[in-house]
Amino acid sequence: MPYRLLKFGLSSEYSEPRMFPVQGDLRDAYDVVIIGGGGHGLAAAHYLATEFGITNVAVLEKGYLGRGGTGRNTAIVRSNYLTPQGASFYQASVELFQDLSRQLDLNLFYSERGHFTLAHSPASLRTQRWRAEVNKQLGIDSELITPEEVRKMVPEIDLQCGGHQPPIHGALYHPPGAIARHDAVAWGYARRAGEAGVEIHQQTAVTDIEVRDGAVCGVHTNKGFIKTEKVLSAVAGWTTEITQMVGLRTPLVIHPLQAMVTEPLKPWLDKIVVSASLHLYVSQSSRGELVAGASLDPYELISMRSSLDFAEGTAGHLIDLFPMLGDVKVLRQWAGLCDMTPDFSPIMGTTPIRGFYLDAGWGTWGFKATPISGLTMAHTLATGRDHELIEPFNVSRFSDFQLVGEKGAASVGH
Amino acid sequence: MKIIHCPVNGPRPLQEFYFGGQFRAVPTSEQEDAMTDAEWSDYAFNRDGSPGIQKEWWYHTPSGTWFIAERDIVTDVFVRTYLFDQADQESGNDG
Repeated sequence: MPYRLLKFGLSSEYSEPRMFPVQGDLRDAYDVVIIGGGGHGLAAAHYLATEFGITNVAVLEKGYLGRGGTGRNTAIVRSNYLTPQGASFYQASVELFQDLSRQLDLNLFYSERGHFTLAHSPASLRTQRWRAEVNKQLGIDSELITPEEVRKMVPEIDLQCGGHQPPIHGALYHPPGAIARHDAVAWGYARRAGEAGVEIHQQTAVTDIEVRDGAVCGVHTNKGFIKTEKVLSAVAGWTTEITQMVGLRTPLVIHPLQAMVTEPLKPWLDKIVVSASLHLYVSQSSRGELVAGASLDPYELISMRSSLDFAEGTAGHLIDLFPMLGDVKVLRQWAGLCDMTPDFSPIMGTTPIRGFYLDAGWGTWGFKATPISGLTMAHTLATGRDHELIEPFNVSRFSDFQLVGEKGAASVGH
Repeated sequence: MKIIHCPVNGPRPLQEFYFGGQFRAVPTSEQEDAMTDAEWSDYAFNRDGSPGIQKEWWYHTPSGTWFIAERDIVTDVFVRTYLFDQADQESGNDG
């Protein structure tokens, strides 16, 4: 919108409306309370208001919008997962993402790059072929390519990994793989939800959830009690605190996952390169920084601290793949919390507690699912029944021994 | 570098250790026979996972020592490490 920008530049006053309104006090009661003002919670609020006409909704966020996993992931969007349940779910998400900037009228810098998952062994190549075939069956653009084809598209890569790691045997190539500006996704959903009448309360922490006769009847916060019959927990890395409040047992355990960016470089890497064996994924942001992530920290911890071990390990593996980065400096590093499930699939939908809905188990795969989890959770909240796309992810799959083993998940040793 | 106190070998660097998950008392064969499917799936999959001090298994790789640590999973402080004994099995899962 160059004309609008010109007008804005020439105007003496700040003519743009606020991104989201300043909220007053909490009301006494809401139809739906969403805990967690990240991408998932805000997307669910947006679709509740726009698709299902439910606008008496409060989103409660104990910090600021997008403080958790939303702003801490490496912003990769893809759908080349291994299980048919997972791949169809993430494919629906990618399709929503492709049109999301227009839907939200906000530039999300959605940039299709092409996504490589490198194989460093024949066994890994076999898994990649398996994934490619599952993907093709579901109409997802995904294929196995040779090391020479990798080199043609990413000429800087060292296929021998400098002799420090097993050489590259091939890769799974997924052309629709993309990156997006993750904060903007949360802000865009928040703005649209706010316009539709949803209240977004930041600095509002949930301290307890009132359950009577197996049904939710309200939420205690640091700003008072709210009556509600429907609560959605969309807090990812903090889920175990919330499930404790309602007495729900789940398999979730929390691990930190760390990431880092380098100093900005001229554009040279227009692909997303992932190596499961090296526990590395890397892409170049629109600012020129290389964004690199790693594997989960090796033990449970509910803390967003950074460690030197991570920086050393990830930098080393980055140089194994791209030796010319030896002189590039690390600009900053951070950590996010991953609520891990034993089968690497999310836990979504209804629970044994009436009116308590879970959107959790987002481990290392949450950002890419933001639009579809918002839409399917809104459907589930509005109708009281799981949306068909998320039926396999209900928490009951553990008591029914119906796990969805998702070995296509990122940064999971397999 | 993080240092963990192995009950056999004393203070050693984190890199020598492997995290074995939350401690849970293993059901005896009589208990196993009496368990319902729901109890069994709860034992197999569900974990506590909430903030606080957690009793967990750790393994010192060079010496092959499994031991128990009580660790605050928010601050990452090891409160106590010791070798497993029968009392741990009998104390159940509330450690």
